Amino acid sequence: MKTVKLEALREEVARLERGSSRVASERFPLGEESIDAALGGGLTRGGMHEIFAQTTADEPNAAAFAIALCVRASEKKPVVWVRQDFVSVEAGELYAPGIAELGLSPDRLILVKARDGPAVLRAGEEAVRCSPLGAVIVEPWGAPKALDLAASRRLALAAGQSGVSLFMVRAGAKPAPSAAATRWSVSPALSRALEADAPGHPSWQISLMRDRAGVSGRNWTVEWNRDDGVFTLPDRYRKAREVTQPRGAGEALAGAVVSVPAGGPDHAERLAG
Amino acid sequence: MRSGSQADAPGAEEGGLPLVITDTIKNAARLSAISPQARRAGLAVRLTLADARPRIPDLWVEEADARADMKLLEQIAEDCDRFTPVVVMDGVDGLLLDITGCTHLFGGEGELRKTLMGRITRAGIHVRGVLASAPLSARALVRHGRRSALMPNGIVPAGQDEAAVRPLPVAALDLDDDTRLAIVRAGLKTVGDIVDRPARAFSARFGEAMTLHLRRVMGKADVPLTPLRIVPEVWVERRFVEPIARTEDIEAVLHELALEAGARLAERRQGGRAFEASFFRTDGAIRRIVIETGRPMRDAKTLLRLFRERLDALADPLDPGFGFDLVRLSIPAANALDAAQAGLDGRALEEGEVADLADRLSARFGEDRVVRFLPRNTHNPDRAAEAAPASFNPLTSAVWPMPEQDEPPLRPSQIFDPPQLIMATAEVPDAPPRSFLWRKVRYVVRHSEGPERIAPEWWLAGSDARTRDYYRVEDGEGRRFWLFRAGSYEPGKKNPDWFVHGVFA
Repeated sequence: MKTVKLEALREEVARLERGSSRVASERFPLGEESIDAALGGGLTRGGMHEIFAQTTADEPNAAAFAIALCVRASEKKPVVWVRQDFVSVEAGELYAPGIAELGLSPDRLILVKARDGPAVLRAGEEAVRCSPLGAVIVEPWGAPKALDLAASRRLALAAGQSGVSLFMVRAGAKPAPSAAATRWSVSPALSRALEADAPGHPSWQISLMRDRAGVSGRNWTVEWNRDDGVFTLPDRYRKAREVTQPRGAGEALAGAVVSVPAGGPDHAERLAG
Repeated sequence: MRSGSQADAPGAEEGGLPLVITDTIKNAARLSAISPQARRAGLAVRLTLADARPRIPDLWVEEADARADMKLLEQIAEDCDRFTPVVVMDGVDGLLLDITGCTHLFGGEGELRKTLMGRITRAGIHVRGVLASAPLSARALVRHGRRSALMPNGIVPAGQDEAAVRPLPVAALDLDDDTRLAIVRAGLKTVGDIVDRPARAFSARFGEAMTLHLRRVMGKADVPLTPLRIVPEVWVERRFVEPIARTEDIEAVLHELALEAGARLAERRQGGRAFEASFFRTDGAIRRIVIETGRPMRDAKTLLRLFRERLDALADPLDPGFGFDLVRLSIPAANALDAAQAGLDGRALEEGEVADLADRLSARFGEDRVVRFLPRNTHNPDRAAEAAPASFNPLTSAVWPMPEQDEPPLRPSQIFDPPQLIMATAEVPDAPPRSFLWRKVRYVVRHSEGPERIAPEWWLAGSDARTRDYYRVEDGEGRRFWLFRAGSYEPGKKNPDWFVHGVFA
């Protein structure tokens, strides 16, 4: 009897640890075959995904990447964005017409302006529990004390239970152990210039630093195609042009890649430390 | 039934010196209020302090402080809120209370008057109180009347307003000095004297307003009272003999009140848009907590949850002190809300859940912190989007301009308000900058597009606002900026300033 119970409990714990639930195994694809293949079909819906701005100045790119993921994940449902005030001071306030031009219609966006880290987490948790939402973006500044492993577990758990995807945008912070399903690092990439040398479509260097379910340490240069709502790889166009790679793709990021295997927090701490 | 009451200056002079309050009237320090002791000593209001001093050398003199007086009166008015929600300040020293329908809670008019006056007297304040059918008769009687058989215990029997008011001096009509003088000169001394004469003569001589006022004082015409606080559409309350202080008790009471208010609202087929919980502490302090919702609602559970959010988020927590002896839940604003329909489709339910979320977040973080964006029909980029409280603006399909196919974003996803000054070097006038310095970092421009000329809205900004030439630029690392030049290059003038207004994705 007892062993059976224990087994069941273990299973339950493992299930919760994965941040999984009724909608857990569902994934939403990014729309670019090679990336989706590497991710095993896409990103977990109802999972927590961390998006780090590689440097503080890259915050707008990380936030825009989160917007693009929201477009993919939210299926035209409402989106809540919880943002710490200081992010807007440092990186600019969200500008609805520009967000519309990324494909996320502002009429389904609710912005929560939070004073500090704990408020961000609180509002984020409250929002991610609301299952009719399409996605939630949570954006604290730096590394608030309140955002520890336990807090990130709570968020991941809440996301898993409601099936609402949670994107945590982090600027001015170093990766730390967390319950995120995937962790990304984003920096800007040269766009394909348009006619008359005009700057082109949003382009980013994205790096998959960690993937609980698959292989980490992959880099892509992607372009966001707002009209079709898909990510594309502009590399083949780029080759025609005489442009050097913006950054040494693998080398610059290598140090930042932290893998946190499912071996428990202690193990993770040591690796990340 | 209405009641008027009037508070005098504090009578803390027990056994001490005669207290007088002075104010500067007509360039001299004159007595503006005096204590009974000072009155007995032969002083009178309006006497100059210089004249008073020789009569009574030992005077306790205080200068009038109109703001403190007002504050005290406001405090008393707040305290009177526990008797009725309709409390009106009358001048600098009076209060009008509409106690219609409230007396049974206190065991009748006499008891209510006694309780009310007792509370104020215990605070060391002289108070006179009269209950009459019309507010202005009560007011005239309390300010100008004497004890009389017509109003035993300060209560004018129903329908006796006119009889009670008749013996009052003409001054009770609050006429301006000229009118009063004219009437007194005509040999009319009391209100009754005027009432006995045809009203037409007075209207012709002094105007309609005077006769209307006269009718009001006699209780023959009603007067609209503008209470200090909005009179709620629905209110329910609980009084406690034993004051309550524990959080659980307070929540239980709130829940009961929410259920009761919900039932009342359901009867009226309404839902509340605002809810106010008032906590009356035994020592007279009152704490009010207001919650506003985006949609009319009356569900007790949701309401309690909203109150919990707000109570949790209070910067200074609800301090029960020695306990609350009255908790009131009032609904100052309500809209029509039909009974929940069983056949609501899933989408409406989900929209409701999102609206509830917005309400909860607004309750906790403040309405101005939970916003959604509304488009504005303007070409001015600063004003193109308005952030409006989400709880009052449910998610609907506002019309946002559709971006053109294949165009990259022409507006940044984040902007700086105000735009940030940069040091830019442009090769030729009317060209995008070659490079610029922003936040101590130099950016070398690789690609650019522009200018997009945006004229200022001179009708809003004034004539000194300058035309802006906007450029989309990208640097060698792929950072995309929205820059503008304020004004243009003109020979012999200072070069125009450059700004970064936003950053692109």
